[in-house]
Amino acid sequence: MTALASRPGPAGTRILGLGSFQPETIVSNDDLAQTMDTSDQWIRERVGIVNRRFAKPDEKLVDMAIEAGAKAIADAGLSPTDIDAVLVATCTMPSMIPNAAAQVAHRLGVTSAPAFDLNAACAGFCYGLGTASDLVRAGSARYVLVIGAEKLTDWVDPTDRSTAIIFADGAGAAVVGPSEETGIGPVAWGSAGDLADMIQVADRNSFVFQEGQSVFRWATTQIAPIALRAVELAGIELSDVDVFVPHQANLRIIELIAKRLRAKGAREDLVIARDIVDSGNTSSASIPLALDHMRAAGEVKSGDVALLVGFGAGLSYAGQVVRLP
Amino acid sequence: MSNEDIQKGLAEIVEEVAGVEAADVTADKSFVDDLDIDSLSMVEIAVQAEDKFGVKIPDDELANLKTVGDAVQYIASNA
Repeated sequence: MTALASRPGPAGTRILGLGSFQPETIVSNDDLAQTMDTSDQWIRERVGIVNRRFAKPDEKLVDMAIEAGAKAIADAGLSPTDIDAVLVATCTMPSMIPNAAAQVAHRLGVTSAPAFDLNAACAGFCYGLGTASDLVRAGSARYVLVIGAEKLTDWVDPTDRSTAIIFADGAGAAVVGPSEETGIGPVAWGSAGDLADMIQVADRNSFVFQEGQSVFRWATTQIAPIALRAVELAGIELSDVDVFVPHQANLRIIELIAKRLRAKGAREDLVIARDIVDSGNTSSASIPLALDHMRAAGEVKSGDVALLVGFGAGLSYAGQVVRLP
Repeated sequence: MSNEDIQKGLAEIVEEVAGVEAADVTADKSFVDDLDIDSLSMVEIAVQAEDKFGVKIPDDELANLKTVGDAVQYIASNA
């Protein structure tokens, strides 16, 4: 029988660079209280958000993805021609056809590269990171650009106070490439399609809806075990983790998951991402946005061990341990 | 477990989750109107009560538990 060749891949992978982009327009709780029945105090208590960014009508998801992607490539010390695959995690493209990734690749100058979108909603970035890492390890690509980009304001009813106060716009990106040592641990991922109705856009003319209490219960009870599984797969102890970056869904969810991790041995000085306070919930963009903001603020440093975990519509979830670039 | 024990255990949970004095968590109190507990804290209380009393409190049942007494009764008859 004729043997088929396979391509050799590197022993490990790591994140080489990060980048992010947010629209200029800052929307405060007081701004929202002018158009709907809500208040600064109510929003702070329920979801912990103070400000968020909304894209302008002519500011497209693809534009935001490109901005974040270009910064990540530069941060990695690479040029667009070095990138050989582009993956955009998103659940808010205005059209199903064409996808975002091919346009992003083209406009960045990443010519002829394989480019595809991945929809795992708020778990999208961690799904994408795991996929990118495996593409590199398998020898299918050397440098993969992974972008989480969302324009949730296209899919949110601006008069619905249960969602309009939460969701926002933005993009975050990472370049994944080869490494002698493992810088991206194995992904702990999965889905719960039996709970698909919990977060949904019923049809293309409707808006995103979520069963707040049920999602809250799921996230605060089922996600800490996924994070712990990611730590186990990485072969480290929870006390080795320096930074915890969960999807920025709701500050109360973040604090409750962090509390569960502390009860399981996470350090008291564990740095916890709370980027939601000034960015809102940006779905697949929230984790790379938080990482980039925390780095800029000096809250994390190169070499830190970060535990990432994304979770959301699907339902879907994914987490992994990474070493920060 | 007596209703009194359930109420005492529930009061401890409410105090931890919502910062309400356990002594104020009496049978006639409404979670929302009297104790100022929001819908997400109710979920937290339900999750902890499930662990403590070995009972299932689904979200649609949770909506029916208006007062502390309702919750005690539910736990007593489902545990």
